[in-house]
Amino acid sequence: MAVDRRKFLKGGALAGGALITSPWVFSTGAHAAGEIKVGVLFSLTGGLSIVEKSLHDATMMAISEINAAGGVKGMKIAAIAEDGASDPKTYNEKASKLVIQDRVPTVFGSYTSASRKAVLPVFEKRNNLYFYPTYYEGFECSKNVVYTGAVPNQQLSNFIPWIIKTLGKKKFFIVGSNYIYPREMAKVSKILIEKNGGEWVADEYLELGHSEWGSMVNKIKNSGCDVVLSNVVGDSVIAFYREYKNQGLTHDKLPICATVTSEIEIAAMGADYAVGSYTSFPYFQAIDTDRNKAFIERYRAFVKDPKAVTHHALESSYFQVFLWKQAVEKAAEVTPIAIREAVKGQEFDAPNGHVKIEAENLHTYLTPRIAQWQPDGQGKIIDAYKEPVMPLPYVAYGETPTNLFCTSKGLDASKLKT
Amino acid sequence: MLEVLFIGLSLGSILLLVALGLAITYGAMGVINMAHGEMVMVGAYVTVLSGLWLGTNIFVAIPLAFIVTALLGLFIERIVVRKLYGRLLDTLLATWGVAILIQQAVRLEFGLSFFGIHIQGLGPGLQNVDVPGILQGTLHIAGADINRYRTFIILVTAVLTLATWFLLYRTVAGTQVRAIIRNPKMAAACGIDVDRVNALTFAFGSGLAGVAGVMMSGFKTVFPDMGTPMVVDGFMVVVMGGVGSLLGSVLSAGILGEINGVVAAGTNDILARAVVFGVVIAIIILKPKGLFALKGR
Repeated sequence: MAVDRRKFLKGGALAGGALITSPWVFSTGAHAAGEIKVGVLFSLTGGLSIVEKSLHDATMMAISEINAAGGVKGMKIAAIAEDGASDPKTYNEKASKLVIQDRVPTVFGSYTSASRKAVLPVFEKRNNLYFYPTYYEGFECSKNVVYTGAVPNQQLSNFIPWIIKTLGKKKFFIVGSNYIYPREMAKVSKILIEKNGGEWVADEYLELGHSEWGSMVNKIKNSGCDVVLSNVVGDSVIAFYREYKNQGLTHDKLPICATVTSEIEIAAMGADYAVGSYTSFPYFQAIDTDRNKAFIERYRAFVKDPKAVTHHALESSYFQVFLWKQAVEKAAEVTPIAIREAVKGQEFDAPNGHVKIEAENLHTYLTPRIAQWQPDGQGKIIDAYKEPVMPLPYVAYGETPTNLFCTSKGLDASKLKT
Repeated sequence: MLEVLFIGLSLGSILLLVALGLAITYGAMGVINMAHGEMVMVGAYVTVLSGLWLGTNIFVAIPLAFIVTALLGLFIERIVVRKLYGRLLDTLLATWGVAILIQQAVRLEFGLSFFGIHIQGLGPGLQNVDVPGILQGTLHIAGADINRYRTFIILVTAVLTLATWFLLYRTVAGTQVRAIIRNPKMAAACGIDVDRVNALTFAFGSGLAGVAGVMMSGFKTVFPDMGTPMVVDGFMVVVMGGVGSLLGSVLSAGILGEINGVVAAGTNDILARAVVFGVVIAIIILKPKGLFALKGR
């Protein structure tokens, strides 16, 4: 053979050396060659992939649109996609890989709070940056996460008063999946219900993924409530709405008002089960603007599915990449800290309207909207704030726009106790 | 109270519907069939696909799903299960592998999604099944509101149970199946084609799972992982009822359903489920072979 021992050793040493230094060489080298690497971390497999695949697609679409328009500062964005596999532990491992090995300055990812909590230590320890696109329960204050989904005050502060005053319903049955998001939502709801002169008759939970609703719906029927506030999440939603109708309850007499039921669940259950019920979100596919219509069209073309639906977390996944792009353009250097400082106060015209990052708590100004579901599976927007509302992640504990608990200095824990 | 009992009955009928196929593949053939839940899932997808591509409703999907899943079951028996009779733990592992394969085949659209081809009705997402108007809402009978879809499930379960009983206890083929359950070697010595009867029995059990899938599709959510939790419930019923006993499965499904319904009405569903598992554990401790064990010599 032509390869003698000396040559082999030489080659091996070279390859070995390249291997050891490769993350360094590659990331700085790639940078110079006109590329910025970012991490994209959603579940592409497992139970949560149902939703998270669409968030992944929306992120990739935003990246490809930015690249098609010339990239950031003349550099192309190179996405490194990883699969969280619907498992918080895997999320943590993949986040470490992206931050330590790939040395990306930013990662876009997560749908559930569990997965966000799992990756949080990685980003805080390494002082990296995470963009989180999903509506969540608040009660978090991190300098290393930019939150572009709604927090409880942006989903409930308009919803509860509207239910009591406009719908004239005063007795609430609160039902949710049994984990942190529905429980925190219930906490905020109760404060708002009592403040607005309503009352709640029950506060019930079923485990995530539960699909046997016979007993619970029967309980709702006999509880004497006049409205149901649902924080039910995931595939349970479908079984719930179906059982609701099958037990003879109707949304015109006893409406379900939901904080999680989106276009995805409506499409899966069949619109006739949801007609007349309400949902509160900052974004609906039905938002009637040219910008949103063009967005839906581009998304459907991108995923090659002419019937694909868009929803709130998906839209946030899309526009947060543009907020990030603007921040990178403003920042002097492409490092997580420089990007974070630059993203404060960034504004963008998203499909749902104007959005802005609050400089203090890195959450996003969004416009609360209420929609009533129609026979075509789309929400008809019947109430909306005139302008975006300030995000208050600690609203359940008394946070107000003039008395912030979470600021750029971090969480003021002394305010929590009072 | 009547409503609570009705919900309990309905819960029991759903348990039995899923367990019926298992009562045959596990109870009669001694195969720990982990792919049973996936058969249910395939049945549900037959409903989705036949609705999308053939425009047919849920009633047409019942025989269709039976045929599709029975053929799939026959295929699995021929390729995998037949080599493993008498090796209980090996059947568990092998059929679990089959279960993962089926699940991923649906999720990845038989691999076509790698090439950017999308088949409507497959893929990782939630699927919608149109439920005919006649099965939605309630029936008013004697002043009570009766849930139509749940009534439909109870009826279908009753028909399938009777059909299974008839096949097993009133036909020649059934006699052969029961002979094989008792002693396969002796049965073969008497001239029964054990290979053939086993294959058909497995196919029949799988077909029943397919029908269960059709019923679930109009009621629960259709997605690739839907079958996995149902296997647990199915085994619970079969083990408590006594392996190999159809009557045992019927009774244990009814008992567990009613316990679940009554406890859930008094407290909540999570506690009810814990109580159900508690009852199953207690019965297995007191009667290790289940409520109705076959008496063999």
